[in-house]
Amino acid sequence: MALLEVNNIRKNFGKTKVLSDISFSLEEGEAISIIGSSGSGKTTLLRCLNFLEHPDGGMIRVRDEILFDGDDSRRLSDEEIRKRRLHFGLVFQNFNLFPQYTAIDNVMLAPRLAAKNSGQNRDGEIRKQAEELLVEMGLEDRMNNYPGQLSGGQQQRVAIARALALHPDILCFDEPTSALDPELTGEVLRVIRELAENHTTMIIVTHEMTFARDVADRVIFMDDGVIVEQGDAKQVIDHPREERTKQFLASYQTNG
Amino acid sequence: MFLEVTLALLGGFLSTLKLFALTLVIALPLGLIISFGSMSRIPVIRKPVKFIIWVIRGTPLMLQLILIFFGPGVIFGHQLWGGDAGGRFIAALVAFSINYACYFSEIYRGGIQSVPVGQYEAGKVLGMKNGEIFRKIVLLQVIKRIVPPMSNEIITLVKDTSLARVIAVYEIIWDSQKFIKTDGIIWPLFYTGVYYLVFNGILTLLFNYIEKKLSYFE
Repeated sequence: MALLEVNNIRKNFGKTKVLSDISFSLEEGEAISIIGSSGSGKTTLLRCLNFLEHPDGGMIRVRDEILFDGDDSRRLSDEEIRKRRLHFGLVFQNFNLFPQYTAIDNVMLAPRLAAKNSGQNRDGEIRKQAEELLVEMGLEDRMNNYPGQLSGGQQQRVAIARALALHPDILCFDEPTSALDPELTGEVLRVIRELAENHTTMIIVTHEMTFARDVADRVIFMDDGVIVEQGDAKQVIDHPREERTKQFLASYQTNG
Repeated sequence: MFLEVTLALLGGFLSTLKLFALTLVIALPLGLIISFGSMSRIPVIRKPVKFIIWVIRGTPLMLQLILIFFGPGVIFGHQLWGGDAGGRFIAALVAFSINYACYFSEIYRGGIQSVPVGQYEAGKVLGMKNGEIFRKIVLLQVIKRIVPPMSNEIITLVKDTSLARVIAVYEIIWDSQKFIKTDGIIWPLFYTGVYYLVFNGILTLLFNYIEKKLSYFE
Protein backbone atom coordinates (compact mmCIF):
# COMPACT_ATOMS: atom_id res chain seq x y z
CA MET A 1 0.00 0.00 0.00
CA ALA A 2 1.33 3.41 -0.94
CA LEU A 3 2.23 5.78 1.90
CA LEU A 4 0.17 8.58 0.41
CA GLU A 5 -2.78 8.30 -1.85
CA VAL A 6 -4.47 11.34 -3.35
CA ASN A 7 -7.70 10.71 -5.20
CA ASN A 8 -9.65 13.11 -7.40
CA ILE A 9 -8.84 16.21 -5.40
CA ARG A 10 -10.83 19.21 -6.61
CA LYS A 11 -10.52 22.84 -5.59
CA ASN A 12 -12.24 25.96 -6.90
CA PHE A 13 -11.60 29.54 -5.94
CA GLY A 14 -14.99 31.05 -6.61
CA LYS A 15 -15.73 30.06 -10.20
CA THR A 16 -12.11 29.41 -11.11
CA LYS A 17 -11.17 25.75 -11.19
CA VAL A 18 -7.74 25.53 -9.59
CA LEU A 19 -7.51 21.77 -9.23
CA SER A 20 -9.55 19.14 -11.03
CA ASP A 21 -9.34 15.44 -10.38
CA ILE A 22 -5.82 15.32 -9.05
CA SER A 23 -4.80 11.74 -8.33
CA PHE A 24 -1.40 10.33 -7.53
CA SER A 25 0.31 8.17 -4.97
CA LEU A 26 3.63 8.21 -3.21
CA GLU A 27 5.62 5.30 -1.80
CA GLU A 28 7.55 5.50 1.41
CA GLY A 29 11.07 6.82 0.75
CA GLU A 30 10.12 8.17 -2.63
CA ALA A 31 10.69 11.74 -3.85
CA ILE A 32 8.26 13.20 -6.31
CA SER A 33 8.65 16.50 -8.16
CA ILE A 34 5.76 18.60 -9.36
CA ILE A 35 6.56 20.86 -12.27
CA GLY A 36 4.44 23.21 -14.35
CA SER A 37 4.03 26.89 -15.09
CA SER A 38 2.88 29.46 -12.53
CA GLY A 39 -0.84 29.22 -11.86
CA SER A 40 -1.02 25.56 -12.79
CA GLY A 41 -2.18 24.64 -9.27
CA LYS A 42 1.03 23.12 -7.87
CA THR A 43 1.14 25.31 -4.79
CA THR A 44 -2.60 24.91 -4.14
CA LEU A 45 -2.13 21.15 -4.24
CA LEU A 46 0.58 21.32 -1.56
CA ARG A 47 -1.58 23.67 0.49
CA CYS A 48 -4.47 21.20 0.30
CA LEU A 49 -2.23 18.39 1.56
CA ASN A 50 -1.17 20.60 4.47
CA PHE A 51 -4.75 21.67 5.24
CA LEU A 52 -4.00 25.31 4.52
CA GLU A 53 -6.72 25.03 1.88
CA HIS A 54 -9.84 22.93 2.12
CA PRO A 55 -10.40 20.83 -1.01
CA ASP A 56 -13.90 20.84 -2.49
CA GLY A 57 -13.84 17.11 -3.09
CA GLY A 58 -11.71 14.00 -3.33
CA MET A 59 -9.79 11.93 -0.83
CA ILE A 60 -6.41 12.07 0.87
CA ARG A 61 -5.08 9.03 2.68
CA VAL A 62 -1.81 8.54 4.55
CA ARG A 63 -1.03 4.91 5.51
CA ASP A 64 -4.40 3.56 6.60
CA GLU A 65 -5.77 6.84 7.87
CA ILE A 66 -8.12 8.85 5.68
CA LEU A 67 -7.19 12.47 6.33
CA PHE A 68 -9.68 14.05 4.02
CA ASP A 69 -12.82 12.67 2.49
CA GLY A 70 -14.88 14.97 0.28
CA ASP A 71 -17.94 12.73 0.73
CA ASP A 72 -17.88 13.26 4.47
CA SER A 73 -19.73 16.52 5.05
CA ARG A 74 -18.82 16.68 8.74
CA ARG A 75 -16.76 19.78 9.43
CA LEU A 76 -13.39 18.97 10.97
CA SER A 77 -12.58 20.71 14.23
CA ASP A 78 -9.41 22.82 14.51
CA GLU A 79 -7.96 20.11 16.71
CA GLU A 80 -8.60 17.34 14.17
CA ILE A 81 -7.09 19.43 11.38
CA ARG A 82 -4.09 20.17 13.57
CA LYS A 83 -3.46 16.47 14.20
CA ARG A 84 -3.94 15.52 10.56
CA ARG A 85 -1.60 18.09 9.14
CA LEU A 86 1.22 16.72 11.31
CA HIS A 87 1.58 13.93 8.73
CA PHE A 88 2.99 16.60 6.44
CA GLY A 89 5.77 19.12 6.75
CA LEU A 90 5.89 22.19 4.54
CA VAL A 91 8.86 24.29 3.52
CA PHE A 92 7.67 27.61 2.14
CA GLN A 93 9.02 29.56 -0.80
CA ASN A 94 9.86 32.52 1.44
CA PHE A 95 10.98 30.50 4.49
CA ASN A 96 8.58 32.10 7.01
CA LEU A 97 11.02 31.73 9.87
CA PHE A 98 9.96 33.36 13.13
CA PRO A 99 12.10 36.52 13.26
CA GLN A 100 12.17 36.83 17.06
CA TYR A 101 13.73 33.42 17.58
CA THR A 102 17.25 32.21 16.86
CA ALA A 103 17.81 29.47 14.32
CA ILE A 104 17.82 26.76 16.97
CA ASP A 105 14.79 28.22 18.77
CA ASN A 106 12.90 28.21 15.46
CA VAL A 107 13.63 24.48 15.21
CA MET A 108 12.76 23.76 18.85
CA LEU A 109 9.59 25.86 19.23
CA ALA A 110 6.98 23.44 17.89
CA PRO A 111 8.46 20.24 19.42
CA ARG A 112 8.71 22.01 22.78
CA LEU A 113 5.07 23.10 22.66
CA ALA A 114 4.03 19.60 21.64
CA ALA A 115 5.99 18.10 24.56
CA LYS A 116 4.50 20.63 26.95
CA ASN A 117 0.97 19.85 25.76
CA SER A 118 1.49 16.16 26.42
CA GLY A 119 2.93 16.93 29.84
CA GLN A 120 6.42 15.66 29.08
CA ASN A 121 9.77 17.26 29.72
CA ARG A 122 11.96 16.38 26.78
CA ASP A 123 13.91 19.64 26.58
CA GLY A 124 17.35 18.01 26.47
CA GLU A 125 16.30 15.56 23.79
CA ILE A 126 14.62 18.29 21.72
CA ARG A 127 17.71 20.48 21.88
CA LYS A 128 19.99 17.62 20.92
CA GLN A 129 17.82 16.78 17.93
CA ALA A 130 17.67 20.44 16.83
CA GLU A 131 21.46 20.70 17.02
CA GLU A 132 21.89 17.54 15.00
CA LEU A 133 19.47 18.75 12.34
CA LEU A 134 21.20 22.11 12.04
CA VAL A 135 24.59 20.40 11.79
CA GLU A 136 23.14 18.21 9.07
CA MET A 137 22.07 21.41 7.28
CA GLY A 138 25.62 22.75 7.56
CA LEU A 139 24.60 25.44 10.04
CA GLU A 140 26.62 24.43 13.11
CA ASP A 141 28.06 27.95 13.45
CA ARG A 142 24.72 29.72 12.82
CA MET A 143 22.55 28.12 15.51
CA ASN A 144 22.29 31.18 17.67
CA ASN A 145 21.80 33.68 14.86
CA TYR A 146 18.47 35.38 14.26
CA PRO A 147 16.87 34.91 10.83
CA GLY A 148 17.64 38.55 9.98
CA GLN A 149 21.33 37.75 10.32
CA LEU A 150 21.20 34.82 7.91
CA SER A 151 21.34 34.66 4.12
CA GLY A 152 18.29 33.40 2.23
CA GLY A 153 19.93 30.03 1.67
CA GLN A 154 20.76 29.69 5.35
CA GLN A 155 17.22 30.71 6.33
CA GLN A 156 15.76 28.11 4.02
CA ARG A 157 18.00 25.43 5.52
CA VAL A 158 16.81 26.42 9.01
CA ALA A 159 13.24 26.13 7.70
CA ILE A 160 13.98 22.61 6.43
CA ALA A 161 15.43 21.64 9.82
CA ARG A 162 12.37 23.15 11.52
CA ALA A 163 10.04 21.03 9.37
CA LEU A 164 12.11 17.86 9.92
CA ALA A 165 12.09 18.33 13.69
CA LEU A 166 8.47 17.15 13.80
CA HIS A 167 9.26 13.95 11.84
CA PRO A 168 6.54 14.36 9.21
CA ASP A 169 5.69 11.33 7.09
CA ILE A 170 5.93 13.46 3.99
CA LEU A 171 7.96 16.64 3.60
CA CYS A 172 6.61 19.12 1.06
CA PHE A 173 8.65 21.86 -0.58
CA ASP A 174 6.91 24.79 -2.25
CA GLU A 175 9.42 26.19 -4.73
CA PRO A 176 12.13 26.19 -2.07
CA THR A 177 14.68 28.07 -4.16
CA SER A 178 12.46 30.53 -6.04
CA ALA A 179 13.04 33.38 -3.57
CA LEU A 180 16.81 32.86 -3.56
CA ASP A 181 19.60 34.51 -5.49
CA PRO A 182 21.00 32.07 -8.05
CA GLU A 183 24.25 31.61 -6.15
CA LEU A 184 22.30 30.52 -3.05
CA THR A 185 20.07 27.93 -4.69
CA GLY A 186 22.87 25.36 -4.82
CA GLU A 187 23.25 25.03 -1.06
CA VAL A 188 19.52 24.43 -0.59
CA LEU A 189 19.28 21.97 -3.48
CA ARG A 190 22.27 20.09 -2.08
CA VAL A 191 20.47 19.65 1.25
CA ILE A 192 17.33 18.38 -0.47
CA ARG A 193 19.42 16.04 -2.58
CA GLU A 194 20.95 14.58 0.61
CA LEU A 195 17.47 14.10 2.05
CA ALA A 196 16.49 12.22 -1.10
CA GLU A 197 19.57 10.03 -0.84
CA ASN A 198 18.52 9.19 2.73
CA HIS A 199 15.09 8.23 1.40
CA THR A 200 13.08 11.03 2.96
CA THR A 201 9.59 10.92 1.50
CA MET A 202 9.17 14.22 -0.30
CA ILE A 203 6.97 16.20 -2.65
CA ILE A 204 8.94 18.99 -4.27
CA VAL A 205 7.30 21.75 -6.29
CA THR A 206 10.12 23.25 -8.29
CA HIS A 207 11.16 25.16 -11.37
CA GLU A 208 14.61 23.57 -11.34
CA MET A 209 14.22 21.01 -14.13
CA THR A 210 17.68 19.52 -13.93
CA PHE A 211 17.27 19.13 -10.20
CA ALA A 212 13.85 17.49 -10.61
CA ARG A 213 15.25 15.02 -13.13
CA ASP A 214 18.29 14.10 -11.04
CA VAL A 215 16.78 14.01 -7.55
CA ALA A 216 13.17 12.97 -7.89
CA ASP A 217 12.12 9.40 -8.53
CA ARG A 218 9.02 10.54 -10.32
CA VAL A 219 7.78 13.76 -11.87
CA ILE A 220 4.25 15.12 -12.16
CA PHE A 221 3.61 17.75 -14.79
CA MET A 222 0.61 19.95 -14.05
CA ASP A 223 -1.09 22.42 -16.31
CA ASP A 224 -4.27 24.38 -15.70
CA GLY A 225 -5.18 22.43 -12.57
CA VAL A 226 -4.85 18.96 -14.04
CA ILE A 227 -2.08 16.37 -14.06
CA VAL A 228 -1.08 16.16 -17.70
CA GLU A 229 1.65 13.59 -17.33
CA GLN A 230 3.36 11.65 -14.59
CA GLY A 231 6.03 9.03 -14.58
CA ASP A 232 9.68 8.28 -14.10
CA ALA A 233 11.54 11.56 -13.64
CA LYS A 234 14.11 11.08 -16.39
CA GLN A 235 11.54 9.78 -18.81
CA VAL A 236 9.09 12.68 -18.30
CA ILE A 237 11.73 15.39 -18.51
CA ASP A 238 13.92 13.90 -21.24
CA HIS A 239 11.24 12.16 -23.29
CA PRO A 240 7.83 13.66 -22.51
CA ARG A 241 4.89 11.96 -24.19
CA GLU A 242 2.31 14.72 -24.02
CA GLU A 243 2.40 17.72 -26.34
CA ARG A 244 1.83 20.20 -23.49
CA THR A 245 4.69 18.76 -21.48
CA LYS A 246 6.96 19.11 -24.51
CA GLN A 247 5.94 22.75 -24.99
CA PHE A 248 6.51 23.55 -21.32
CA LEU A 249 9.95 21.90 -21.22
CA ALA A 250 10.92 23.52 -24.52
CA SER A 251 10.13 26.97 -23.11
CA TYR A 252 12.46 26.14 -20.24
CA GLN A 253 15.31 25.28 -22.53
CA THR A 254 14.94 28.47 -24.57
CA ASN A 255 14.62 30.61 -21.47
CA GLY A 256 17.66 28.96 -19.95
CA MET B 1 6.68 81.55 46.55
CA PHE B 2 8.42 79.28 44.04
CA LEU B 3 8.41 76.35 46.42
CA GLU B 4 4.80 76.99 47.31
CA VAL B 5 3.78 77.02 43.65
CA THR B 6 5.86 73.93 42.92
CA LEU B 7 4.15 71.97 45.69
CA ALA B 8 0.69 73.20 44.76
CA LEU B 9 1.20 72.27 41.13
CA LEU B 10 2.51 68.88 42.17
CA GLY B 11 -0.89 68.21 43.71
CA GLY B 12 -2.59 69.14 40.44
CA PHE B 13 -0.13 67.04 38.48
CA LEU B 14 -0.84 63.99 40.62
CA SER B 15 -4.49 64.37 39.66
CA THR B 16 -3.39 64.64 36.01
CA LEU B 17 -1.35 61.46 36.41
CA LYS B 18 -4.26 59.67 38.02
CA LEU B 19 -6.47 60.44 35.04
CA PHE B 20 -3.65 59.46 32.66
CA ALA B 21 -2.86 56.16 34.38
CA LEU B 22 -6.47 55.04 34.85
CA THR B 23 -7.26 55.91 31.22
CA LEU B 24 -4.37 53.68 30.11
CA VAL B 25 -5.47 50.84 32.38
CA ILE B 26 -8.93 50.88 30.78
CA ALA B 27 -8.13 51.92 27.21
CA LEU B 28 -5.23 49.52 26.51
CA PRO B 29 -7.30 46.32 26.92
CA LEU B 30 -10.53 47.93 25.68
CA GLY B 31 -8.72 48.97 22.51
CA LEU B 32 -7.70 45.35 21.88
CA ILE B 33 -11.32 44.22 22.19
CA ILE B 34 -12.43 47.00 19.82
CA SER B 35 -9.70 46.05 17.34
CA PHE B 36 -10.92 42.44 17.28
CA GLY B 37 -14.42 43.82 16.68
CA SER B 38 -13.22 45.98 13.80
CA MET B 39 -11.49 42.94 12.23
CA SER B 40 -14.45 40.60 12.77
CA ARG B 41 -15.68 38.64 9.78
CA ILE B 42 -19.23 39.11 11.05
CA PRO B 43 -20.65 42.32 9.57
CA VAL B 44 -23.12 42.95 12.44
CA ILE B 45 -20.13 43.20 14.76
CA ARG B 46 -17.64 44.84 12.42
CA LYS B 47 -19.85 47.58 10.99
CA PRO B 48 -21.13 49.12 14.24
CA VAL B 49 -17.62 48.98 15.70
CA LYS B 50 -16.20 50.74 12.65
CA PHE B 51 -18.98 53.32 12.93
CA ILE B 52 -18.16 54.03 16.58
CA ILE B 53 -14.46 54.37 15.76
CA TRP B 54 -15.35 56.80 12.98
CA VAL B 55 -17.50 58.96 15.28
CA ILE B 56 -15.00 58.97 18.13
CA ARG B 57 -12.01 59.75 15.94
CA GLY B 58 -13.99 62.20 13.85
CA THR B 59 -15.11 64.52 16.65
CA PRO B 60 -13.12 66.57 19.15
CA LEU B 61 -12.34 64.94 22.48
CA MET B 62 -13.43 68.17 24.19
CA LEU B 63 -16.88 67.80 22.66
CA GLN B 64 -17.04 64.16 23.78
CA LEU B 65 -16.16 65.19 27.33
CA ILE B 66 -18.94 67.74 27.40
CA LEU B 67 -21.42 65.38 25.81
CA ILE B 68 -20.65 62.50 28.18
CA PHE B 69 -20.83 64.75 31.23
CA PHE B 70 -23.87 66.84 30.33
CA GLY B 71 -25.56 64.53 27.82
CA PRO B 72 -27.39 62.26 30.27
CA GLY B 73 -28.76 65.27 32.14
CA VAL B 74 -29.99 66.93 28.96
CA ILE B 75 -31.45 63.78 27.43
CA PHE B 76 -32.86 61.93 30.47
CA GLY B 77 -33.39 64.91 32.68
CA HIS B 78 -31.20 63.70 35.49
CA GLN B 79 -27.50 63.96 36.11
CA LEU B 80 -25.80 60.58 35.78
CA TRP B 81 -22.40 61.43 37.22
CA GLY B 82 -23.25 63.62 40.16
CA GLY B 83 -21.94 67.12 40.24
CA ASP B 84 -19.16 66.60 42.75
CA ALA B 85 -15.46 66.28 41.92
CA GLY B 86 -15.57 62.47 42.03
CA GLY B 87 -18.46 62.30 39.56
CA ARG B 88 -16.80 64.71 37.17
CA PHE B 89 -13.60 62.70 37.34
CA ILE B 90 -15.46 59.48 36.48
CA ALA B 91 -17.16 61.19 33.53
CA ALA B 92 -13.79 62.44 32.28
CA LEU B 93 -12.28 58.97 32.73
CA VAL B 94 -15.09 57.41 30.69
CA ALA B 95 -14.68 59.95 27.88
CA PHE B 96 -10.90 59.57 27.76
CA SER B 97 -11.03 55.78 27.91
CA ILE B 98 -13.49 55.47 25.04
CA ASN B 99 -11.63 58.02 22.95
CA TYR B 100 -8.20 56.50 23.46
CA ALA B 101 -9.42 52.91 23.16
CA CYS B 102 -10.62 53.78 19.65
CA TYR B 103 -7.27 55.23 18.69
CA PHE B 104 -5.40 52.31 20.26
CA SER B 105 -7.67 49.84 18.47
CA GLU B 106 -6.60 51.18 15.11
CA ILE B 107 -2.95 50.90 16.10
CA TYR B 108 -3.49 47.31 17.27
CA ARG B 109 -5.34 46.50 14.06
CA GLY B 110 -2.49 47.89 11.97
CA GLY B 111 0.01 45.89 14.02
CA ILE B 112 -1.90 42.63 13.85
CA GLN B 113 -2.61 42.95 10.14
CA SER B 114 1.01 43.77 9.36
CA VAL B 115 2.18 40.34 10.54
CA PRO B 116 2.49 38.34 7.31
CA VAL B 117 0.00 35.50 6.73
CA GLY B 118 3.04 33.25 6.28
CA GLN B 119 3.81 33.52 9.99
CA TYR B 120 0.40 32.08 10.90
CA GLU B 121 0.71 29.41 8.21
CA ALA B 122 4.19 28.42 9.36
CA GLY B 123 2.80 27.97 12.87
CA LYS B 124 -0.13 25.94 11.57
CA VAL B 125 1.93 23.51 9.49
CA LEU B 126 4.09 22.98 12.58
CA GLY B 127 0.98 21.76 14.35
CA MET B 128 0.68 24.73 16.69
CA LYS B 129 -2.67 25.69 18.19
CA ASN B 130 -4.22 29.05 17.34
CA GLY B 131 -3.58 30.39 20.84
CA GLU B 132 0.04 29.25 20.67
CA ILE B 133 0.48 30.92 17.30
CA PHE B 134 -0.85 34.20 18.70
CA ARG B 135 1.15 34.11 21.93
CA LYS B 136 4.42 32.57 20.73
CA ILE B 137 4.72 33.97 17.22
CA VAL B 138 2.43 36.91 16.49
CA LEU B 139 2.24 38.85 19.74
CA LEU B 140 5.85 39.98 20.06
CA GLN B 141 5.95 40.98 16.38
CA VAL B 142 2.81 43.06 16.93
CA ILE B 143 4.25 44.70 20.04
CA LYS B 144 7.43 45.57 18.20
CA ARG B 145 5.49 47.21 15.40
CA ILE B 146 3.12 49.19 17.61
CA VAL B 147 5.61 50.65 20.08
CA PRO B 148 6.36 53.79 18.02
CA PRO B 149 2.73 54.72 17.25
CA MET B 150 1.61 53.78 20.76
CA SER B 151 4.28 55.99 22.33
CA ASN B 152 2.97 58.85 20.21
CA GLU B 153 -0.61 58.35 21.42
CA ILE B 154 0.39 57.86 25.02
CA ILE B 155 2.41 61.07 25.07
CA THR B 156 -0.55 62.86 23.51
CA LEU B 157 -2.76 61.46 26.26
CA VAL B 158 -0.56 63.03 28.94
CA LYS B 159 -1.21 66.44 27.43
CA ASP B 160 -4.85 65.78 26.53
CA THR B 161 -5.72 65.27 30.18
CA SER B 162 -5.70 69.07 30.42
CA LEU B 163 -8.95 69.04 28.42
CA ALA B 164 -10.71 67.58 31.46
CA ARG B 165 -10.93 71.06 32.91
CA VAL B 166 -13.84 71.83 30.53
CA ILE B 167 -15.98 69.78 32.89
CA ALA B 168 -14.14 71.20 35.89
CA VAL B 169 -11.94 68.21 36.66
CA TYR B 170 -9.10 69.23 38.89
CA GLU B 171 -5.76 68.91 37.11
CA ILE B 172 -2.52 70.82 36.86
CA ILE B 173 -3.50 73.63 34.48
CA TRP B 174 -6.73 74.24 36.37
CA ASP B 175 -4.64 74.30 39.49
CA SER B 176 -2.20 76.86 38.13
CA GLN B 177 -4.96 79.25 37.18
CA LYS B 178 -5.89 79.70 40.81
CA PHE B 179 -2.67 81.68 41.13
CA ILE B 180 -3.84 84.08 38.47
CA LYS B 181 -7.03 84.71 40.37
CA THR B 182 -5.69 84.81 43.93
CA ASP B 183 -2.12 86.11 43.54
CA GLY B 184 -2.31 87.84 40.18
CA ILE B 185 0.68 85.92 38.83
CA ILE B 186 0.68 84.08 35.52
CA TRP B 187 4.05 82.29 35.56
CA PRO B 188 2.68 79.22 37.38
CA LEU B 189 0.62 78.54 34.25
CA PHE B 190 3.75 78.50 32.11
CA TYR B 191 5.50 76.50 34.78
CA THR B 192 3.04 73.61 34.31
CA GLY B 193 4.75 72.99 30.96
CA VAL B 194 7.82 71.84 32.87
CA TYR B 195 5.82 69.09 34.57
CA TYR B 196 4.47 67.81 31.26
CA LEU B 197 7.89 68.06 29.69
CA VAL B 198 9.68 66.15 32.44
CA PHE B 199 7.06 63.44 32.59
CA ASN B 200 6.97 63.00 28.82
CA GLY B 201 10.76 62.93 28.86
CA ILE B 202 10.63 59.96 31.23
CA LEU B 203 8.03 58.26 29.03
CA THR B 204 10.16 58.86 25.94
CA LEU B 205 13.15 57.25 27.63
CA LEU B 206 10.97 54.29 28.60
CA PHE B 207 9.69 53.82 25.04
CA ASN B 208 13.18 54.16 23.61
CA TYR B 209 14.30 51.46 26.00
CA ILE B 210 11.48 49.13 24.91
CA GLU B 211 12.19 49.84 21.26
CA LYS B 212 15.84 49.05 21.78
CA LYS B 213 15.00 45.87 23.68
CA LEU B 214 12.97 44.70 20.68
CA SER B 215 15.48 45.74 18.04
CA TYR B 216 17.24 42.37 18.09
CA PHE B 217 14.92 41.05 15.39
CA GLU B 218 13.42 42.42 12.24
